Amino acid sequence: MTTVEYNAETTSALLYLDGISVSFDGFRALNELSFVIEPGEMRAIIGPNGAGKTTMMDVITGKTRPDTGDVFFEQGKYDLSTLDETEIATLGIGRKFQKPTVFEMHTVEDNLQLALKNDRSVKATLFWQSSAEQEARIDEVLETVRLKALRNRIAGSLSHGQKQWLEIAMLLAQDPKLLLVDEPVAGMTDVETMQTAELLREINRTKTVVVVEHDMAFVRELGVKVTCLHEGSVLAEGSIDQVSTNDRVVEVYLGR
Amino acid sequence: MKSHPLIRMLDRGSTLFLVLLAAFAIAIPVLNLMVPAGSALHVSTYLVALLGKYVCYGLLALSIDLIWGYVGILSLGHGAFFALGGYAMGMYLMRQIGSRGVYANPILPDFMVFLNWKELPFFWYGFNHFAYAALMILLVPGLLAFVFGWFAFRSRVTGVYLSIITQAMTYALLLGFFRNNFGFGGNNGLTDFKDILGFNVQAETTRNALLVISCLALGVCFLICRAIVTSKFGKVLVAIRDAEARTRFMGYRVESYKLFVFTVSACMAGVAGALYVPQVGIINPSEFAPGNSIEAVIWVAVGGRGTLIGAVLGAFVVNYTKTFFTTGLLAPYWLFVLGGLFIGTTLFLPRGIVGTWAHWRAGVKEKSEAARSAAAEDGMLPTAGSPSTQPSAAE
Amino acid sequence: MRRLFERFAIALLMVGILAAGTLTARAAAYEDALPKFTLDSFSDTADAVDAIAGSGSPHAAALLQALKDQRLLFSATDKKVLIKTADGKLTDAATGQPFTAAPPADLDNVRLNNRLRNLIDAALGALTLMAPDAGKRYDAAQSVFKSRDASAASALDKAIAAEKDAGVKKVMQEARAALTLADESASPADKVAAITIIRDRGDQDAMALLQSLPADSPKEVLAAAGDAKAKIERNLALWSTVQNFWYGLSLGSVLLLAAIGLAITFGVMGVINMAHGEMVMLGAYTTFVVQEIIRTRYPGLFDYSLAIALPLAFLFSAIVGIIIERSVIRFLYGRPLETLLATWGISLVLQQAVRAAFGPTNKEVGNPSWMSGAFDLGGILITYNRLWIIVFTAIVFVALLAMLRFTRLGLEMRAVTQNRAMAAAVGIRTARIDALTFGLGSGIAGIAGVALSQIDNVSPNLGQGYIIDSFMVVVFGGVGNLWGTLVGAMTLGIANKFLEPFAGAVLGKIAILVFIILFIQKRPRGMFALKGRAIEA
Repeated sequence: MTTVEYNAETTSALLYLDGISVSFDGFRALNELSFVIEPGEMRAIIGPNGAGKTTMMDVITGKTRPDTGDVFFEQGKYDLSTLDETEIATLGIGRKFQKPTVFEMHTVEDNLQLALKNDRSVKATLFWQSSAEQEARIDEVLETVRLKALRNRIAGSLSHGQKQWLEIAMLLAQDPKLLLVDEPVAGMTDVETMQTAELLREINRTKTVVVVEHDMAFVRELGVKVTCLHEGSVLAEGSIDQVSTNDRVVEVYLGR
Repeated sequence: MKSHPLIRMLDRGSTLFLVLLAAFAIAIPVLNLMVPAGSALHVSTYLVALLGKYVCYGLLALSIDLIWGYVGILSLGHGAFFALGGYAMGMYLMRQIGSRGVYANPILPDFMVFLNWKELPFFWYGFNHFAYAALMILLVPGLLAFVFGWFAFRSRVTGVYLSIITQAMTYALLLGFFRNNFGFGGNNGLTDFKDILGFNVQAETTRNALLVISCLALGVCFLICRAIVTSKFGKVLVAIRDAEARTRFMGYRVESYKLFVFTVSACMAGVAGALYVPQVGIINPSEFAPGNSIEAVIWVAVGGRGTLIGAVLGAFVVNYTKTFFTTGLLAPYWLFVLGGLFIGTTLFLPRGIVGTWAHWRAGVKEKSEAARSAAAEDGMLPTAGSPSTQPSAAE
Repeated sequence: MRRLFERFAIALLMVGILAAGTLTARAAAYEDALPKFTLDSFSDTADAVDAIAGSGSPHAAALLQALKDQRLLFSATDKKVLIKTADGKLTDAATGQPFTAAPPADLDNVRLNNRLRNLIDAALGALTLMAPDAGKRYDAAQSVFKSRDASAASALDKAIAAEKDAGVKKVMQEARAALTLADESASPADKVAAITIIRDRGDQDAMALLQSLPADSPKEVLAAAGDAKAKIERNLALWSTVQNFWYGLSLGSVLLLAAIGLAITFGVMGVINMAHGEMVMLGAYTTFVVQEIIRTRYPGLFDYSLAIALPLAFLFSAIVGIIIERSVIRFLYGRPLETLLATWGISLVLQQAVRAAFGPTNKEVGNPSWMSGAFDLGGILITYNRLWIIVFTAIVFVALLAMLRFTRLGLEMRAVTQNRAMAAAVGIRTARIDALTFGLGSGIAGIAGVALSQIDNVSPNLGQGYIIDSFMVVVFGGVGNLWGTLVGAMTLGIANKFLEPFAGAVLGKIAILVFIILFIQKRPRGMFALKGRAIEA
């Protein structure tokens, strides 16, 4: 068990969660959940189904309000529990969903165009004009996720793995400070899984990343600090080897 | 796609549509006024008024398509915005009657004299000026849509819930306008119009002029819609339609987008209603009937939602069919046909006429271009309709 | 015949004596009074009524009733008074025996004026105060209370002394108090005591009585009356609240009945069925057809017509519902907006089909005898059809809850709504459950139609009147929760009836609609919405 002894006002953490509880009709999805993510870190979050991984993402991105507890962003500067999804996204938190959600009717390029860090107001988009600089940025992102050849394809016609990458590309185009990535390799082939791990490590050079994943081989491949959730709170934290040999983790999650 | 916004707006289909609309707006008055009555090419004044009515319906359908086709908001209240625009125009026309009414009261419309009212209610002030009335035609539906939308979108009322409350709004207005003491003529509504801007509303030339103006309004609104849907704003709208939560997590303020486009759409519906009233000569509370609003939705569905052109086409096709049925011996079967259209379109033609055609064309093109990148060269390639792409619109 | 002749002679003699004024009418016996009716003068008739009322004859009540009903006939030449019975036969007023001789040629009604009618009412009231039937005595006391006929005072005193039934006695005392108040010779103390009794009666009539007190009455009487009036007003206000509540409950149960089927199809399945109102309409037409067949073939069964119509309406609407689900709706799952449009189309087709089959006009659906009529409860009038509809709604609601909770079908329905894939995996035939659930919702709408046929016009448009209200109820109550629907329907029904007195029916309804529109903004999922991740997915 980890106890967090940071103070919200003096923390150096990029993301600071303390004592978060959320219940739905009597079911406690999160139970006094606390952990911190330091700037530049990459963190893998594992845990059995119903451990509260997605609810934790919902709390961070403003979709769900915590019943109790603090969520702070950027060294305690912003209290996320008082902001809505749009405001949180504007602060620089990008989220990739468990089920790949790209804009199926738009082309790959348009998907990225919409994601690019720009003025999001009605007026700005009504009178928006593409610029060379933005085109270059889209090229760059497409290069990163290896989708350059598919630039003009309708996103709905991409394969499952390509959609996952496109969604990561959209996160990159958003240029967030923190990326929340929910099960990026679900349904991918082994090769694609390894490529995705490499991609995330690359992204981590400039950005802070939180990855939620079931796939232990993938988590091992990432080689980063791991937090294991169980019944809405942190069960264990540490390197993949430490966590995977932890008795409690083996009991509730890994089995054997 | 680094094309100029104007080029994006005026793709081949849109240009063709505008050209046809212009030809229509020129040909009908010419065939009515210049071609002698005996000629086979002569268009009767009755037909001019009928076509003028269809054009207004086309504009109403366009306004519905803008929000349903591109943002997935199914409004069952656009008949109300249409009727409000119509009432604003009707109030102007009533004030123009002046002392030519049955009771010859220079200020008060007949129905107020009949109800023993002594003074004009304050909300009738100013309607003797056309400019003021024109402002109200935009402002009243727009304001209602803005207030309604502000509440609804901010609290994320979506899908069928939104449809149901728009219907409730229409129903509440229907009940209200039926009341005499609301000051809009109650059950009978506003009618017996004489002049519009000094021209006799019954005159042939006025009817032709109204048709041309309606076509003009339709053309302008079509361009506005095209400008909206081909801009980045339009792409955000489609993004909202297909994955609302995703758009929000990307930092777009979804409610502002919806509110803007909903208000614009309501204003267009109001203009359609305002042009409709002088051409049919009456506006009464039955225009608020919830059935009317839903019927307008089916025009869009038949023509193909998310295509703009399809909406207008659908309004013409369905209303022509309606006229064909209801003016003859087949009248009792019209509701079967209309009901069948609702069922058949949703089951067998979810893309509508234009959508299906565009989809088929795109398929052919893709094959012929050796399956390489079939770039979506305009915003109206396969957009709405196919079941697999729709779930999130109704989240 | 001889006896008859003798009587005539006596009668003639009496008339002579009366005319001479040697005997007062009051003292004369029943038979002596009869000839006065033959004089055809209002004042003589009045004397005769008084005399007969005081005669104590067993025939008195029947005669006065006949007089009141214009069934008392006289012959001026024969000096004969006859009563025509309800079935048109003649009886001799003097003996009560059938009159078998040929009717006299100049037979005519005894004429009445308003003063006489009042007199007769009062006299009848006094007479029936001693009737053996408690109901009659009660009515008699009530009529004395209203007429305030001083002549009934002594009869009333006697009746009060003899009365055993507490309820009747109370009304008699109230009537006596009313008389005391009207009696100028009564002492102020008696009047104050009378006011107390009137005050406790507490209804509109009591209020009217107190208001009619002359302004020059003694001070203490006026003061007591003032207090009493204030108290009665409060009492009346209370009853009007109870009445509004009752009407609200009644409207609420109608709404619930119409909405509960929708709560299943929309709330449980998530299918938005705009043709729901037409399912109600089909149920109402089933009732009409059942009643038509009963009327022409088995008129004796009319009182059972609703009981026969109920299962038939359920089956018919349910079958139509299942056909709709299998042929249209199942292709549209996951596309609620398309479902909305398609079912609207279905509603148009069904309406037009019924119009083609039965015509566009309202159809006459009768109330069985047990559903017509009304009774008083305290200060409000309760009609049987309202009462039965509330009872019926409660039964349907409980039965539905029990069905969902305790039957295999209910269990499978809940399983499918909660997790379709999982339900399919454990072997539930989800397609069958979908069809049955939709059939159940439609069938309940059909049952609602049977009930609504009793209070609403049965026409092809019947359903349209309910569809918007029903959706409001379901959405307001919270989707997927039958209790929410119950509370929603009752809240809206009662709120509507409480708004009506202030705002009028139409504005009240508009206010409710606006309220719901605003409410949905605040709680987009209704009052009792489920919370959690599942519903957002």
